[in-house]
Amino acid sequence: MSSTISTKFSRRSFLRTSSLASGGMLIGFNFFTACKDTAKMPVDIAELNYNDFNAFIKISDEGMVTIFSPNPEIGQGVKTSMPMIIAEELDVPWENVNVVQGILDTQNYTRQVAGGSQSIRFGWDALRQTGATARQLLVNAAAARWGVDASECSAKQGVITNANGETLGYGEVVKEAALLQVPESEDSAIEEESKSENPEFKDEKTEGIAGNVTLKDPKDYTLIGTDVGNVDIDEIITGKPLFGLDYKVEGMVYASVLRPPAFGQVLESYDDTAAKAVTGVIDVIKIGEKAKALLAKDEVNWTAILAPTEKVVVIAENSWAAIKGKKALKAEWSDNSPLENTKAHDKILTDLLDGNEFQNMRKDGDVKKAFKQADKVVERTYESPFLPHNTMEPMNFFADVTDSKILLVGPVQTPADAAATVAEMLGRDEKDIRLEMTRMGGGFGRRLYGDFVYEAAEISDKIRKPVKMFSTREDDMMTGVYRPAIKYRIAASIKDGEVTGYHLKEAAVNGNMYGLIPNFFPAGAIENYQVDVAKYDSNISTGAWRAPYTNFLSYAEQSFLDELAEVMEKDPVQMRLDLLEKVKGTNDDRIQYSAERLQDVLKLAVEKSGYRTPKDGVYQGVCAYYCHNTHVAEVADVVMEGEQPVVKKITVAVDCGIVINPLGAKNQIEGGAIDGVGHSMYGDFVFENGMPTSNNYDKYRLIRMNESPIVETHFVKNTLSPTGLGEPTLPPAGAAVAIAMKKATGNRVYKQPFVSNMNSKPILG
Amino acid sequence: MPTYNLKINGSVQSIEAAEDTPLLWALRDQLDMVGTKYGCGIGQCGSCTVHVDGNAIRSCQLQISQLDGKEITTIEGLSEDGSHPVQEAWKAIDVPQCGYCQAGQIMTASAFLEKNPNPSREEIRNAMHGNICRCASYNRIENAVAMAAEKKMA
Repeated sequence: MSSTISTKFSRRSFLRTSSLASGGMLIGFNFFTACKDTAKMPVDIAELNYNDFNAFIKISDEGMVTIFSPNPEIGQGVKTSMPMIIAEELDVPWENVNVVQGILDTQNYTRQVAGGSQSIRFGWDALRQTGATARQLLVNAAAARWGVDASECSAKQGVITNANGETLGYGEVVKEAALLQVPESEDSAIEEESKSENPEFKDEKTEGIAGNVTLKDPKDYTLIGTDVGNVDIDEIITGKPLFGLDYKVEGMVYASVLRPPAFGQVLESYDDTAAKAVTGVIDVIKIGEKAKALLAKDEVNWTAILAPTEKVVVIAENSWAAIKGKKALKAEWSDNSPLENTKAHDKILTDLLDGNEFQNMRKDGDVKKAFKQADKVVERTYESPFLPHNTMEPMNFFADVTDSKILLVGPVQTPADAAATVAEMLGRDEKDIRLEMTRMGGGFGRRLYGDFVYEAAEISDKIRKPVKMFSTREDDMMTGVYRPAIKYRIAASIKDGEVTGYHLKEAAVNGNMYGLIPNFFPAGAIENYQVDVAKYDSNISTGAWRAPYTNFLSYAEQSFLDELAEVMEKDPVQMRLDLLEKVKGTNDDRIQYSAERLQDVLKLAVEKSGYRTPKDGVYQGVCAYYCHNTHVAEVADVVMEGEQPVVKKITVAVDCGIVINPLGAKNQIEGGAIDGVGHSMYGDFVFENGMPTSNNYDKYRLIRMNESPIVETHFVKNTLSPTGLGEPTLPPAGAAVAIAMKKATGNRVYKQPFVSNMNSKPILG
Repeated sequence: MPTYNLKINGSVQSIEAAEDTPLLWALRDQLDMVGTKYGCGIGQCGSCTVHVDGNAIRSCQLQISQLDGKEITTIEGLSEDGSHPVQEAWKAIDVPQCGYCQAGQIMTASAFLEKNPNPSREEIRNAMHGNICRCASYNRIENAVAMAAEKKMA
């Protein structure tokens, strides 16, 4: 007898297997696409290549499971939660699973990006199918050995059992399993391809069957949904080298880069006499020619750090000598474009809002008409400053450029782009480039931009030595890629006690809201609805910052809705529930949020926070917001300490579908909410003459422990596909705080940071 | 360059470095002890915290020429195997997100608990306010310090 499970080889299979020469079975798989016909599985663990596969799983003769994934960890916990999904479907004890950071050495590795809270969302189907398919292969191998039908066998916690009660461990059948044909699976994982091109997509039910490979029913999960600690915890708490800045090789030198002090300036000349006299300084060089040429060719505009200028680089034996050497440099800079300042931006953005040059992002009905017919029109303007990312680990990268190869090592969120750009910049073949990712000491969007990789590569190319380029905190804060300053003006019309029209205008530096953001709530709930955007092109570099656009838009819109409720003398919770009710059953497929899910999180937050039974002296602000595919509601508790409103607590209700790892998920939620409170309260970044006025933590205020609210998390329980948590709890936090502060102080705050704008008066348009 | 003999984690280490070299960079670059992190270089963020004669000190603000005869403890020497009560509490509560600031947090917390073994929540929050966690894992840090205190008392 033989196995009756059909194991027709699928050309479009997303996984392949091989038997390792050293023993054990290797599985290579892809998150988003079928394996290429040419994809070859290695038989040696030292030869894992990520050209053809996103990740590998090794199952040893002893049944131990090692997952090799180059997916970078920036602190979102995906290095723990993604392997959990595989282990759940493979059905192995978590203690038998080991996770190893893979190495990237490819030109085709397009999706190894940690950003946009998407890792879990995109990995969900592929990771489950991989685990389940591997489990089926092992079951099929055991069934063949026993000469029984595979359907009579079951697998649990690394052990396969047949109808007679005989057992075989996974490790005992890996050799045979590796030789079996891969059971066919339906194409749901493969179809992720089209989905992944679309930044947003609708909720999906978690399906039970994929071809003849059976996925578990979520109710049978034994690992998913349990608290699992960070896989790198021991290394972190004992101070082991994990981060880019910790990376070191024999003969490595250190490089500190002197960049223009102001945006808009270029290098004229420099004097390195004093710098070269510093003990430990090896050399002073100039870079920038190659980056300049690349910039001219490519119209790269997202990082003015790659500004068309030369930069002066101090090469030293150690970090301290490099820092001192740079301080001793004397450089002359000239203005290449106007040096900008915050005061001017303020006026420019207001002029844009007052003007008529807008790009329309969404238009329903006729807002003009609604406003004309209204009983009342309310209009408010909300303002936010630039913000630096301030990752605790400053930008840094290692590069070793030789005639035959290029090795790049460090913390970057977009390794494929970085490698490709270095190849183009240095005129080298991408095949010669090997890029290894380290753990990242925070990202928040900053490490999406590879400027620091190019600098390191250009330095090493010039000096032909292994080099670590590192920024000081001052470099990092003053030559960043900032969250742009933005203003929103929102107007709404009220007629017969209903909101009949809503017009949102955005004026932003360098870039406007994109994708489906103009279709977030309250889009779809108001008949006449319009979103228009305008921008001003600045020479200050701007880019993604944790929860791009929504990090400030949420505060503006939710504050506005609260004020609207006040004007209409409505309960702010009920007003939102009523508005959401109108979205139900919409056939507008730009509306990606679920009215039910948003209502449910709002109700949960209200219930858990005691919003309906307020305590004396505690002022609560409530809001509900959808962004980055996750539905969140938050209630902020504010008390007055003397004249100062103090945020004591944030109650967060989250619907992120199935919660893979509640312990890690809550960490993200707590951090996101406190980060949202901190930047709304304190985050301020001012430019004068093209130069930031703060360059370190003595002048730039980040939230600290004694100012942090306690965050209480509640999940909506369901079996919908999981969505990410790196970003979605940040945007509602500032809104909830502003609304609570209004109750506490009687004043609405229309401008961030709250701490210096507490008594601002509304700007009436 | 002058040579300095520093007593670090119980053993004497000889370093040849410029006299104004901050302990932070001597540890990281000369001694390959990279657990102590650079965050700001001006003593404002606490990532580089070590113990000097039992006190939590910012190693970016301390020149190696000032450390003659001092007992220095870094995260690598807080315990042999990560079993210090503070480290164990950090693990039990699963504090870290990106993890970069955590060595500094642990060093501040462990020195604090030596001096105040039974702190109130408010004392914990005030004692830890000099250490920035950009991921804002503050609730967990606070809970871990409280847990470590309880463990030490038990």
